[in-house]
Amino acid sequence: MNQVNTKKMEKRMHARIQKNNLLKIVFLLATLFGLAVLAILLVRVITQGAAWLDWDFITGRLSTSADRAGIMGAILGTVWLMIVVIPVTLIIGVGSAIYLELYAKKGRIQSFIQTNISNLAGVPSIVYGLLGLTIFSRAMGLGNAVLAGGLTLSLLVLPILIVSSQEAIRAVPKYLAEASYGMGATKWQTIKNVILPASIPSILTGAILSLSRAIGETAPLTVLGIPAFLLPFPEGVFDTFTALPMQIYYWTLDSSLVKEYAYLAAATIIVLLVLLFILNSVAIFIRNKFQQRY
Amino acid sequence: MMSPSSVKSKRTVKINPEAVASKEPESEGKVVYDTKELNLWYTDTHALKDVNLSFREKEVTAIIGPSGCGKSTYIKTLNRMVELVPGVRTTGEITYKGKNILERSFKVEDLRTKVGMVFQKPNPFPKSIYENIVYGPKIHGIRNKKVLDEIVERSLRGAYIWDEVKDRLNENAYGLSGGQQQRLCIARCLAIEPEVILMDEPTSALDPKSTLRIEELVQELKKEYSIIIVTHNMQQAARISDKTAFFLNGEVIEFDETNTIFTNPADSRTEDYISGRFG
Repeated sequence: MNQVNTKKMEKRMHARIQKNNLLKIVFLLATLFGLAVLAILLVRVITQGAAWLDWDFITGRLSTSADRAGIMGAILGTVWLMIVVIPVTLIIGVGSAIYLELYAKKGRIQSFIQTNISNLAGVPSIVYGLLGLTIFSRAMGLGNAVLAGGLTLSLLVLPILIVSSQEAIRAVPKYLAEASYGMGATKWQTIKNVILPASIPSILTGAILSLSRAIGETAPLTVLGIPAFLLPFPEGVFDTFTALPMQIYYWTLDSSLVKEYAYLAAATIIVLLVLLFILNSVAIFIRNKFQQRY
Repeated sequence: MMSPSSVKSKRTVKINPEAVASKEPESEGKVVYDTKELNLWYTDTHALKDVNLSFREKEVTAIIGPSGCGKSTYIKTLNRMVELVPGVRTTGEITYKGKNILERSFKVEDLRTKVGMVFQKPNPFPKSIYENIVYGPKIHGIRNKKVLDEIVERSLRGAYIWDEVKDRLNENAYGLSGGQQQRLCIARCLAIEPEVILMDEPTSALDPKSTLRIEELVQELKKEYSIIIVTHNMQQAARISDKTAFFLNGEVIEFDETNTIFTNPADSRTEDYISGRFG
């Protein structure tokens, strides 16, 4: 019996190890590609925008003159949008995930809904803009107020949050829920005391991803007719507004007319990134706090 | 080190009648659970067939049988935990203190408050030892800190784990050993003062020393609670139970005094199983 040829195996050894090393480099390059693009973007944005970024720019009102233009209106608009988007997506998103995972009977209807939610996550954002225009702006008469924009963006990111929350809930070990049910807890008590605390870290990861997407979306807002040039600051959810990504979009568009607008757009991108960073830090802070307890 | 042959011989040897705690039926307690013609299906699989069994107060009943015989399914039907599996159907009836618990209108929350359960794998919550014990009382609305403190001490003493954990009640339960975790789960179960304790192979994930401690604990708990225990381990059934039910392919083959089952079984299949010929 000589099925194993040691000589041949030794010969192949070199090739196998070579292949292993080669693939390691391929995967490293794949990672570096993404990092390099990100680095170039950051460098370019910072070199172009940093000089224009000062207190007056952040706190000032919009102006056609590049020297005097400020983006406080757009910052406030984005903040107001988030004030609508965060509670609406979290409540509806986590609520739907809880229903689908823990209450809905497994069957054809449930899997039909499931498939549709997954599909919705892939619908282009401009389509959501049209939906928002039809329902919120026209039918509900919200026009281009913060509420219309916020609800549209909520719709856009809901599927992402629902799917990720469902996964988070599914990942909670069954035996923990069994322990709770076994002591006479109701379904809601089990959800509140066992399932949600254990799944909140992962739910928040999904929330960070979806809110980051919402904060940077432009296409649906353009469809809603969010103005490019707006002087008054929004003071509530029924006020007309403009948002940071809109400001970036319009300044970039008009940079062929006024060269300085490109630098203003770059400076605005920095502000948007900082805002995103703050929002994510808060979510990560909450997540870590829960992870320590569980 | 035990040689493989000695393990085998130990397994096949008939259990010494002397070793089986003698339990002449003193005065039999009241019937707590009565199962009549219970059938259960998982979608298309007929998992329990015409099960008839009754359990009495302050007795330990062991349910034995090979893997997949329906013993775990049966014990989970007793507190309706089996319903967490989608596609389960039952016919027949199980009465708990005279009420049919399989009726839709029967409140499972109420049943599970009176019938505690200990699971195969220790499943403490990822919370502190204290929080684990007060979980049950809290969901039933007990908020008074002093009462909760007393419950924690009573339950942990009841499960013989108080001395080991009294100085670290606020530490996470995951820091305990497997055996301690299982005793904590028993303590958690005692916290809401159940009448019956269901145990689904409570020692199968534990080492021999922890197993022994749980068995001793069962003997103590028996004074106050009715216990129904599913076990893979026949020696364990012989050591700790008053009555034994033998399940095979979803049917109850034999149900009698543990003594009788292990020394003089009526059915040849029971004899084959307990003497280690299969299973």
